[in-house]
Amino acid sequence: MAKKGDVVIQIEKCKGCEVCISACPHEVLAMSEEVNSKGYHYAVKVNSACTGCANCAVVCPDAVITVYREK
Amino acid sequence: MIMAENLKNPENLVYEKTKVLTDRVLHYCPGCGHGTAHRMLAEAIDDLGIQEETIGVAPVGCSVLAYYYFDVDMTEAAHGRAPAVATGIKRVMPEKYVFTYQGDGDLAAIGTAETIHACNRGENILIVFVNNGIYGMTGGQMAPTTLENMKSTTSPRGRDVKTMGAPLKITELIAQLPGTYYVARHSVHTPANARKTKRALKKALEYQKEEKGTCFIEVVSNCPSNWKMTPVESNKWMEENMFPFYPLGDIKVPQ
Ligand SMILES: Cc1ncc(C[n+]2csc(CCOP(=O)(O)OP(=O)(O)O)c2C)c(N)n1
Ligand code: SF4
Ligand code: SF4
Ligand code: SF4
Ligand SMILES: [Mg+2]
Repeated sequence: MAKKGDVVIQIEKCKGCEVCISACPHEVLAMSEEVNSKGYHYAVKVNSACTGCANCAVVCPDAVITVYREK
Repeated sequence: MIMAENLKNPENLVYEKTKVLTDRVLHYCPGCGHGTAHRMLAEAIDDLGIQEETIGVAPVGCSVLAYYYFDVDMTEAAHGRAPAVATGIKRVMPEKYVFTYQGDGDLAAIGTAETIHACNRGENILIVFVNNGIYGMTGGQMAPTTLENMKSTTSPRGRDVKTMGAPLKITELIAQLPGTYYVARHSVHTPANARKTKRALKKALEYQKEEKGTCFIEVVSNCPSNWKMTPVESNKWMEENMFPFYPLGDIKVPQ
């Protein structure tokens, strides 16, 4: 079984570009209904299928995402 | 749930923003490749453990404020002159790792002479060239790199090669010069591409230590704001239109 991972999204830093969404192989991420203080929809986790592959974090232009993966 | 919470502790950390980037919020537009290109270069510097020995030269263009974001010694050059400034720095401090970070307007228009001559002299520097086919900062004017038929504010009906010349593949031109050692073209719009870019930048910095000559890494990138597309659309447009003309991969590799 794939290892379990998790992401932490700094929502105030997110600019809502959506580049991370399609980079995730497990459709873990989607855009929020709410907006942050700058008025951007931000990336949110919508399921617990994250494997900690870091794809989303690598392509995020604003370094918004931190990734964890079980050892 | 408890499992998931427990995951978020330091020993499970696999990816966070490198310390070679400061905590400042980037001024770039949403989805702009400059941010990812900065981070790949910063991670390459981090991986090699050379943060204290690296000096960067920022350009004029959207990345004019790069010195706010890289936590290394940096200076700012007049438009297009970064390779000349980097030449001076490297010659005075040959033990340092010296890079320039430049857009296509900066490097391939106003700075063409400095670019070509630094490369021809084989200056022992890394040139990072972010090609988005447009003058991003000033509002989307045509650049030498603008594709045929591509619209910009100064080619509103599309670039007509008869009157405006053909788009300039300056990277292929540079690769002809004996002074260049390693020349490659990459992108940062997908995880796999971004990782390749980082590997190329790392290799280039390693060659600099070995005093091999100029290393030149182009990053074909987007400008969602001036291309007037969403970031995701711009990346798709880039794949469909920029990559056929500016193919990714190695252009000159050490023999
Ligand atoms: C001597 C001089 N000429 C013109 C300008 C105006 N100017 C500022 S940025 C720029 C072009 C930047 O385009 P590029 O290098 O492609 O960077 P991008 O913003 O697309 O990343 C120009 C022409 C200037 N600042 N200085
Ligand atoms: S780390 Fe990988 S699996 Fe987890 S959200 Fe990011 S892209 Fe998806
Ligand atoms: S790539 Fe980064 S800035 Fe863009 S939506 Fe995802 S988290 Fe936000
Ligand atoms: S204008 Fe274009 S190149 Fe400049 S920050 Fe915005 S998207 Fe990036
Ligand atoms: Mg440009």
